[in-house]
Amino acid sequence: MEKETKAFQRIYTKLFQLTKATVSLKAQGIGNEELAIVDGRLAQVVKIMDDIVTLQVFAGTEGIATNAEVIFSGKAPSLKVSDDLAGRFFNSYGLPMEGGEIMGEEREIGGPSVNPVRRKQPSELIATGIAGIDLNNTLVTGQKIPFFADPDQPFNQVMAMVALRAKADKIILGGVGLTNDDYLFFRQVFDNAGALDRIVGFINTTEDPPVERLLIPDMALTAAEYFAVKKNEKVLVLLTDLTLYADALSIVSNRMDQIPSKDSMPGSLYSDLARLYEKAVQFPDGGSITIIAVTTLSSGDITHAIPDNTGYITEGQLFLRKDSDIGKVIVDPFRSLSRLKQLVIGKKTREDHPQVMNAAIRLYADAANAKTKLENGFDLSDYDERTLDFAKAYSEKLLAIDVNIEIDTMLETAYDLFREYFSVAEVGLKNEFVEKYWNKK
Amino acid sequence: MNTIGKVTGIIANLVVVETEDTVAQNEICYINHEGTRLMAEVIKILGKKVYVQVFESTRCLKVGAEVEFMGHMLEVTLGPGILSKNFDGLQNDLDKMEGVFLKRGEYTEALDKDKKYSFKPLAKQGDKVQAGDWLGEVIENWISHKIMIPFKMKEEYTIKSLVKEGEYTINDIIAVVTDKDGKDHNITMTQKWPVKVPIKAYKEKPRPFKILETGVRVIDTLNPMAEGGTGFIPGPFGSGKTVLQHALSKYAEADLVIVAACGERANEVVEIFTEFPELEDPRSGRKLMERTTIIANTSNMPVAAREASVYTAMTLAEYYRSMGLKVLLLADSTSRWAQALREMSNRMEELPGPDGFPMDLPAIISNFYSRAGFTYLNNGNSGSITFIGTVSPAGGNLKEPVTESTKKAARCFYALSQQRADSKRYPAIDAIDSYSKYLEYPEIINYFEENVDKQWVTNVLYAKNTLLRGKEAYEQINILGDDGVPLAYHLTYWKSEIVDFVILQQDAFDKIDASTSFERQNYMLKKVISLCEKNYNFDSFEAIGQYFKRIINNLRQMNYQEFQSEGFKKFEKELEQIIQEREAA
Repeated sequence: MEKETKAFQRIYTKLFQLTKATVSLKAQGIGNEELAIVDGRLAQVVKIMDDIVTLQVFAGTEGIATNAEVIFSGKAPSLKVSDDLAGRFFNSYGLPMEGGEIMGEEREIGGPSVNPVRRKQPSELIATGIAGIDLNNTLVTGQKIPFFADPDQPFNQVMAMVALRAKADKIILGGVGLTNDDYLFFRQVFDNAGALDRIVGFINTTEDPPVERLLIPDMALTAAEYFAVKKNEKVLVLLTDLTLYADALSIVSNRMDQIPSKDSMPGSLYSDLARLYEKAVQFPDGGSITIIAVTTLSSGDITHAIPDNTGYITEGQLFLRKDSDIGKVIVDPFRSLSRLKQLVIGKKTREDHPQVMNAAIRLYADAANAKTKLENGFDLSDYDERTLDFAKAYSEKLLAIDVNIEIDTMLETAYDLFREYFSVAEVGLKNEFVEKYWNKK
Repeated sequence: MNTIGKVTGIIANLVVVETEDTVAQNEICYINHEGTRLMAEVIKILGKKVYVQVFESTRCLKVGAEVEFMGHMLEVTLGPGILSKNFDGLQNDLDKMEGVFLKRGEYTEALDKDKKYSFKPLAKQGDKVQAGDWLGEVIENWISHKIMIPFKMKEEYTIKSLVKEGEYTINDIIAVVTDKDGKDHNITMTQKWPVKVPIKAYKEKPRPFKILETGVRVIDTLNPMAEGGTGFIPGPFGSGKTVLQHALSKYAEADLVIVAACGERANEVVEIFTEFPELEDPRSGRKLMERTTIIANTSNMPVAAREASVYTAMTLAEYYRSMGLKVLLLADSTSRWAQALREMSNRMEELPGPDGFPMDLPAIISNFYSRAGFTYLNNGNSGSITFIGTVSPAGGNLKEPVTESTKKAARCFYALSQQRADSKRYPAIDAIDSYSKYLEYPEIINYFEENVDKQWVTNVLYAKNTLLRGKEAYEQINILGDDGVPLAYHLTYWKSEIVDFVILQQDAFDKIDASTSFERQNYMLKKVISLCEKNYNFDSFEAIGQYFKRIINNLRQMNYQEFQSEGFKKFEKELEQIIQEREAA
């Protein structure tokens, strides 16, 4: 049942085993991870035992008959890369959604890792205008950081805003199980901003088969590597939502009868996620890949295997929260963290940045304590009252995500608030900064 | 003739090879894939079927590919030139690899073949020698690197000839030794050793009896690490594991430091690459990189090589221990290593233990920790490996298999607490939950009494007790409110805050505070205890808080000053004044 077509393509028509996601057949000369077309659907080799080849069919096996046609391609999944990618949207297989073709060099996706000694230490600040990020959790090129968010939070809106303000040369959107509405939202926002020529999209929506999602991040990162290495560009990769990626991994491992570990996730979840996130890098020649991802939580639980493994891999995490004092969404200053901020704050930004940041957060924490006191029925001191007023103003003027100002203005705003509510001693800045900045006005 | 086989099955990086000839468990083989050779290790043999784990991606590998078995286990090359190198988990020299990306199937020589070292003999013709005995030395960076009888040579030998002092490469023959059958063996400056087998070329391994100064107060003062001891640091993400490990690698009083970056972030290794060549070792005045060797197998590098990386690091440490050196071995993180074991066990369809980990995980971990230790060498010198590993417990839950297995194997437990990290009390080691078994060793107590202070252990236990009582008082205050408890509760709480702020908390980013000597730790501990032992009379809890805040601020300023410097004494004097004012009032 085998006939030769092109040089490497062989066609088989005898399947002897079908599951929901896999088909098995006898075939020879097949490479591991090679792509094939099964009854017109894309599939990938996941296991070879003697002459029995097992393929994972991305779109599922519904309706595939035992005599379906299987054509092997002789190559691993790949993407054609060139400058033509810019301004276009692609599906999980790297084909333009509007139809047509891309000319370019064919690259295997999920390629090799960067030699750690060839990496450069990230040192370039990414300004977003959002004080909850720039002031408290500064982002750096080459960093990888997710939003840990509940599904009802506006993480896609914030991410689009960050992407547009970040002054990246290219923004690559990897939509993993995006709702069609959100996909259209991203397109519209980028279009309105006149930024479409800087955007490349790889989109899998909830209408598409879930296993196809597994290809999206690798496609997006392969395109990112092209622009960052070949063109020395600053590339920002947005991956939303990687919880759905992990869910797809667990579907596949389940169908391959693998033993699940914590929370029904495959035992390799850490390595699988790290393989993606570690593509974030600062190259020595100036190009960089920065990854901002989304990990949706189920009711805020960060001990679940997906956010937990993500937290160990990424360089910090950002939390959004609705602040009931001002009725706006803020970047939570307590739980959010950018591990790489130390590389730039006070160095690339004004010298007093670290101190101002810490002082403001400490006072905000005092306000939280005062609130607890109030709730427990204890009396508030004058200081407690002032911290509460400060907290409200701090949320309104700095933490709210609709704020869009320069970092120096953020620092000045912080001093304005300090002066309004506190004495010098209560804020506790270093003496030289007090003289230089507090007394300036 | 090497055994040859053929690939018959592929599941991710588990490959089944069929062969008619002899193979050994853990033997290394190379799979020929379109001109590149992929390294793999035998992990199971079933009749003609040999299961191997490939240290590389198996993408596009085909059934029928030829496999060559090498007749030895995974080995490292030992010899001068290891120090200051950046290796991957299989001891490939990362700096020798070309290009920005790692290429599949590219392996390098671990050491420089052409570099000449000036060799000085330490033995002489006619000497009776055995494995691990020193024949001579070369200077590597600044340490005396001993050239030894290879560890694989099991008998007693007589030195037939030994070269004179001079310049030699690592492959030059520097000695000829004769075994008892009269057969001659050539000795060079390099040898190979299988990483999964401990090097036992020493006379005895006593219980640790000395202290390894780390400069980190919450470790040295409250939960000391012994030279040749073992410890582990579990902590949820964001609690400062890596900052703490970096602090240890910078300031610990070791001759050399080996860091195994095992399945962690690449940017953290880059930080070491970037900073260590610039930073100075406060003890020797040399650059930190000169005493540091890095085994980097970051999380995106092949998983099977991640398992090998910790063994590679341990074997290098054992090699330097045999030279009579004090080695500190750090592994970040051993959980990633355990996960690599889990992935493989899963693919081999073994019945899983708790959380899907292999059943023998506790045995593997305790076996590994047992390779550390203080040793007396055959020539009477001593050398040691102090091993500290981090653990990344899933969900921050310490009741998971890796943490529990490690707890049984390691003697010190440094629990990082999320709560302390959240309130920015760094290093976030919870001094109450943590422990050091060494504090109970009579040898260690004796060592403290002789080398630090007669009262040391008593004082340490007093400080620990103060912390515990302070914690209890704090809980009561929180439940009943500031006014709802007697003033004594506030006093107890604030006394524990002095210990917390002045001894436990330490600024890893401040030049002076980052590392504290035992002399200074002793001085400050006594000072703090004298303050805790005082009786105070206050009429309101606000007054207590204000008074203690002043004291703490002054003590902290002292921490930021050079020990016994003018600035230090100035703040000390101010402190005395604050105390006297109080007593006068």
